[in-house]
Amino acid sequence: MITRKMMGIPSMGWPLSFDEMERMARQMNWLTGGILGKPGTSMFSAKVFPAVNISEDKGNYYVRTELPGIWADDINLEITGRNLAISGERKIPSEGENARYHRKEREAGKFSRVISLPGDVEINSVEAKLTNGLLTITIAKAEAARPKQISVK
Amino acid sequence: MTEFKELQAKEKHEVTTPAEQTRPGLVFTPEVDIFEADRELTLLADMPGVGANDISIDLQDGVLTISGDVKPWENAEESEVLTEFKTGKYYRQFTLSDAIDQDKINAKLEDGVLRLSLPKAQKAVPRQITVTAG
Repeated sequence: MITRKMMGIPSMGWPLSFDEMERMARQMNWLTGGILGKPGTSMFSAKVFPAVNISEDKGNYYVRTELPGIWADDINLEITGRNLAISGERKIPSEGENARYHRKEREAGKFSRVISLPGDVEINSVEAKLTNGLLTITIAKAEAARPKQISVK
Repeated sequence: MTEFKELQAKEKHEVTTPAEQTRPGLVFTPEVDIFEADRELTLLADMPGVGANDISIDLQDGVLTISGDVKPWENAEESEVLTEFKTGKYYRQFTLSDAIDQDKINAKLEDGVLRLSLPKAQKAVPRQITVTAG
């Protein structure tokens, strides 16, 4: 599930950078209305909501996901070992009977996803923050997963 | 309703704006709901990651433009492990058919959703006409 980015390998003989290829694939997919794949998905994306970005620094893993219009009370987070489960529901309140819609692109529904973290974590030291519809989960790495400086004698 | 819909992950739509960007970066179309009541038009747009100070709303000659900037949220020390979604600006334009009372436009940002109330100008409010028997 976790794919290390290929960016570290210098160009690998590709005429285009990985970012550019990804962008082209995304645009192709949109232009063809998703005929090449399932609608709204591409070969570079996961199909399960919500899409997540994971990053790390020396002490923590950061899991970020976009959850606009979802209240903190409607998000459930659970961590077991290396697995982080995100589930919840997006509710879109009714705007009353008088509302006549021109467009309705936003969707309501339930979601549930499990993410495998790339290393061992301290399950007692997890922090989640929701700001402007962006959920940031900060998970401290276990002692063994932290890089250690070794001095050469 | 007992059956709930399962949400599907959707790819963000990238746009090409009419004017070229001065700063490089991706531009996405926010998903919107637009509905109309007798007296106003309401627009809801999903713009996760955008702060209230980073939104700009402009109405000119019947064209409504909304745009929002997303500041990079990673700290400098972080390196990416997995990237499933990209971030960038949000940008979208609409042509409004009704006359809008520009002074009374009200915008609110909550949990990454922009709610824009566009009250119709007096002449666009539907008027009930009573027919009196003569």
